Order: sequence, then C-alpha cells, then structure tokens
Amino acid sequence: MKKLLMTLFLSVPCLAYAAGGGYHLDHAPIDVTDKNSLQRGAKLFVNYCMGCHSAQFERYNRLARDLGLPEKLVQENLILTAGTKIGDTMKIAMPTNQAKEWFGAAPPDLSVIARARGTDYLYTYLRTFYLDDSRPWGVNNAAFPSVGMPHVLWQLQGWQKPIYETDPHDANRQVITGFELVQPGSMTVPEFDRAAADLVNFLSYVAEPIQLERKRVGIWVLLYLVLCFAVFYPLKKEYWKDVH
Amino acid sequence: MMANTQGTTGLRGWIDERFPLTQLWREHLGEYFAPPNFNFMFIFGVLSLVVLVNQLVTGLWLTMNYKPSAAEAFASVEYIMRDVDWGWLIRYMHSTGASAFFIVVYLHMFRGLMYGSYKKPRELVWLIGMLIFLSLMAESFFGYLLPWGQMSYWGAQVIISLFGAIPGIGDDLTLWIRGDYVVSDVTLNRFFALHVVAIPIALLGLVVAHVIALHHVGSNNPEGIEIKKYVDEHGKPLDGIPFHPYYTVKDLVGIVIFLFIFAFVVFYWPDGGGYFLEHPNFEPANPLKTPEHIAPVWYFTPYYAILRAIPDKLTGVIAMGLSIVLLFFLPWLDRCPVKSIRYRGVTWKIALMLFAISFVVLGYVGAKPPNDTLTFIARCFGIIYFAFFLGMPFYTRNEKTKPVPERVSFQTVTVQGAGEAKSAVPFGEVDKARMSAQ
Repeated sequence: MKKLLMTLFLSVPCLAYAAGGGYHLDHAPIDVTDKNSLQRGAKLFVNYCMGCHSAQFERYNRLARDLGLPEKLVQENLILTAGTKIGDTMKIAMPTNQAKEWFGAAPPDLSVIARARGTDYLYTYLRTFYLDDSRPWGVNNAAFPSVGMPHVLWQLQGWQKPIYETDPHDANRQVITGFELVQPGSMTVPEFDRAAADLVNFLSYVAEPIQLERKRVGIWVLLYLVLCFAVFYPLKKEYWKDVH
Repeated sequence: MMANTQGTTGLRGWIDERFPLTQLWREHLGEYFAPPNFNFMFIFGVLSLVVLVNQLVTGLWLTMNYKPSAAEAFASVEYIMRDVDWGWLIRYMHSTGASAFFIVVYLHMFRGLMYGSYKKPRELVWLIGMLIFLSLMAESFFGYLLPWGQMSYWGAQVIISLFGAIPGIGDDLTLWIRGDYVVSDVTLNRFFALHVVAIPIALLGLVVAHVIALHHVGSNNPEGIEIKKYVDEHGKPLDGIPFHPYYTVKDLVGIVIFLFIFAFVVFYWPDGGGYFLEHPNFEPANPLKTPEHIAPVWYFTPYYAILRAIPDKLTGVIAMGLSIVLLFFLPWLDRCPVKSIRYRGVTWKIALMLFAISFVVLGYVGAKPPNDTLTFIARCFGIIYFAFFLGMPFYTRNEKTKPVPERVSFQTVTVQGAGEAKSAVPFGEVDKARMSAQ
C-alpha cells in the first residue's frame, strides 16, 4: 500500500501542501450564539479577508438575518463590491488564474473552511504569522509552514518573531514554542486574540449557518420520539401479556 | 381469473381474485410464525429496512437539487445545505444514514454469527444477505464520490487503482471504470448513475429475495431451535407467534429507540467526530493536490487495514477481497451442528470474540496514518481475522457442545387471537434426559 500511495503521490504534481506544521493548536474561545462576536467577525472578514477570499456559498441577506443586522446596514457597510445585491453570495472580484500567479496557489473559498480545518487550527493559524526573510512575503506561519499568504492582520497584531527551543524528542531539531513582539500593532495581545476569535467564530458560523436552528429543531424531534416511545412501549406490553 | 381461496368478500374479495393480497398478508405478516424469544440482537434486520427506506427517500430528494458534474457537485451540496428548505436535514439524514446502515448491517451479520443463522436451512438467506452486503458496499463507494470533496476524490482514486493490480488487464480495467485517465467529471457522472439507479434496483430486488427466503425457511432465534419441528394439526409451529401484531408492535419500540439515537446524531453530531462526514471532504476535490493521509470511510477501514498490512500490492488486494469473500463460505466452513452460541463450545466462543476484536482493531488501524507499530498490529489481527475462517472447519469439527432444548420455552405457549389456544405439549423426554445429564 505504501508503494501505491507513493505512486499516487509521485504521479501527481503536488502544488500546495496544507497544514501539518506540528505546532501545538490553541483552543479557539468561540461561541456561535454570541451575535456581537459574529458581527465583529463579519466586519473583520469583509475588511481583511475578502480582498482575496470569497465565501461564495453565503448570501448577504442570510448573513444579515442570522447575525441580527438590518439589510440596509449590510448593504452599506459589508458589501464592498459595486453592483452586488443583498441576495448575492459573498463572491470576490479577484480572478483565480491571476491569484495563482501572485500567491502560488489560489486563495481558497472560506465558506466551509472551519469544517475542513477545525476552528482551533484557524485560531492558531491567524495568530502565528512570524517574520521570516526567506519567504516571498517576509512571513511564515507556525500552523501552516511555508504558507503562501501574507500577514494581512499585521496592522492589528504587529510583527512577531519566533522563540525556538530544542525539540525534547530530537536534539537536532529546533521547534517554535512561542513568539516575541518585535513591533506592536494597533491592538494589544489580548485584544488581537479576541479579534482572531471573533473572526474564527464568524467562519464557524459561515461553515454551517443552520447549526443553531438544527440544535433548536432537534429537541422537538427527540421529544416527539420520547412521546412515541411512551405510546408504543405500553402497547407492546399489552400485546405481549399473552406470550409467556 | 384465480378462484378466491381466502374466503374474502367485497373489495378485498375482488382484489384477491386478481392479486394474492390476503395471501401475501398472511404469509408474510398475519400468519408468519416467528419464535417468541427474539432478543435485542434480532432488531437489526428490521432496522436495516428502516435505514434503507430513509436512504431511498432522502436520496430521492437530494437528487432533485444535486448536480452530478465536477464543476457543480461540491457547490450543489452546499446549496442543498443552505438554500434548499430543510435541505440540510435531508442531507444529514442521508449522510448519517450511510453510516447507520453499516452499523445496523454489521450488527445484523454479527447476530447471524452468534446464533448460527447462516446454517441449514438458511444458507441461501445468508448468501443473498452477503450479496446485499456487497451491493451496499458498492452503493456507498459510488455515493461517496458524489459530494466531490477531497476525500471523495482521492478515496475513489485509490480504490479504483486497486483494480490496476490485476495482472494483464489491470490498467485497461481502471481506465474502463473511470472512463478517463484520472477520476474526472466522466467518473462522477457514471458513479451518480450507478448510485441512484443501478445499485438501488439491485439492492431492492435482493432485499425482497432475502425476506422471501427467510419467510420460506422461518426465522432463527437465540436458542437456535427450529420451531417448525413441533407443529399443531394445522401445520402451525407450536412455539411460533404471528409476526403481526406481536413483532410489529415490538419492532415499533425498537425502531423508536433507534430513531432517537439516529436523530440525536443528525441534530447534534452530524459529523460523527469526523467519521460520518470527514473533515477533508469539506475541501472541494483538487486533482492537483494529494491529501497527506487518504483513508476510506470508517466502514471500509477493516479491509483497508488488511490491504495496507501486505507490502505486495496484488497480494494485498487479493487478501482484501478474500476477507469479504470468505464470509460467503461461512455455512460450509462451520462444521458444528449446533447453531446458538448458548450451546456451543468454548473454542467457538473464543474464536468469535477474537474475530470481533480483530474486526474492530483492524477498523481502527485502517483509519489511522500508517506507521511501523500500526502495521505490525494490522498484521497480527489480520492473521486472527483469517484464522477465524480458515481454521473454522478444524476447530468446529469436534466442538464440545451443550445439549440443545427441543422447544423454545419450558412453559406452554398460549397465544390468544391467533386462532385457537394451543394445547400444552410437555417438554420433550429427550430434553429431560439431556438436562439431567448436564
């Protein structure tokens, strides 16, 4: 099987590698019922992510409804592409072919990224960009080594450099254990962590907008089934009285 | 026109002269006599029927909005999840149903192993059941490509490439299956056709055959006793109770409990911890990007672990095929005349337990990225898996079994409402002798 996997692996040009940095993932402190956090996350997403990333399965009017925002407000503040209607999905203008040339790989659509990668990964990823002169954009990432994306949140977070320590399992390897701010951004560290959590919270919502409704409906379905049991079980007992 | 032998009148009489409605009802429900001592393990046949219906109905509705094209498939699934009214529920019911199907079918098969349901006279019930199992595996394999996620794509790529191990025709065969040099739009389109038309038809036909065969020979039971041995003057088994209403009301309870667990997963745990809906499958298929770790869905992982445990590809593929094919031969591999585990020897009990453990361990190993330790574990438990089947003719030949009772229950079975009350038949003399010998 290893041979087979290797064959597959080699026969296919592998452009981009995803994830797998081995860096410890921080737990994302998110809560999809927190509408204020989701609204802040939406604002960050539209301003910092949507230059390159779409959320092409999410409609603006759905976002307005789910986040408790008036459509007019969304139209005026969150729709930045001219000619986009409130019922449109969150698409971007950047052409995929050119994006590939600029970044090495086209920036992925982020509609379901939280379900693909997990919120802890995203929360860690957003906070672990560090200075690295060997990379085209001058930054690397602890959660996603050799990432093609620049540090778009640098104005908020500032610039940080990694703290290396010797790998406890391998004396010849250096691993990143933390970061040191070289140049502060407009936010303090706790403020930036909060902003990253808001953004991840929003991505978590976008990945499955129905999730709160799903849990709400579920209770009624389960209660209905309990009721069915309360009817069927005595019925069964009544019939089976005769069978010894 | 056939004469009405059922003695029915009115509309039903009119139908019975033209279609055996009452006869069908009697043979399969009203006067299908089942043993009264079914335990918990006997619910899974009915449950697989429930899941089958769930898959057919939700599948039909999914088809109304799904687009079987490489360019649109992934987006159409998200469209169903977001823009189709209740689409998310239908999709989760279908995706959870796929895993639930294998859970109930595996338990159903294990029930067969525990109580010897594959033995004479039920060999054909077992063989038809195995064909259902094969169809189910094909159905889920074809269906898994349809969301067109990364795991859909690469899982299909790996599994199709297995056919390439066949000497001589391998490469041509994989090309014929895919219809292209890689898994592509062409493959997706034909897999869709197979998933929604061909296999479901085969599956339905086989399920009907399975039930007809079962009702012809009668149901097994936890004691492994043939209730048809003792019949009254009308030819009805003394220890049998009519399926309807006894088992219809009992199964309703089982179905409701199952649906409660099923609904809990659908509404509160639809990902199934990344096993029912795999995380990498939320990334659209990308033929240029091989995932770091490719594993099939959990219900295929035991066989995948066997495949991976063997370094040579062709031998691995043969072993994997054999791990499923051997199940077909179970009725003839098992030489012990006693059916139920309750009266079988300790060797069988140990063998069956080891088999169950090896199946679970192989399933776990097959889902993990390979390393030396896991490969070693897979080899050990792979050997146990095969030893269970290949050693069976030997360790079951002279098994030390316990005496099997002649009748299902020591007590008189009186069933009201199903014809006349049955006369008490004393517990067989043979059994008394056997019991005292114990």
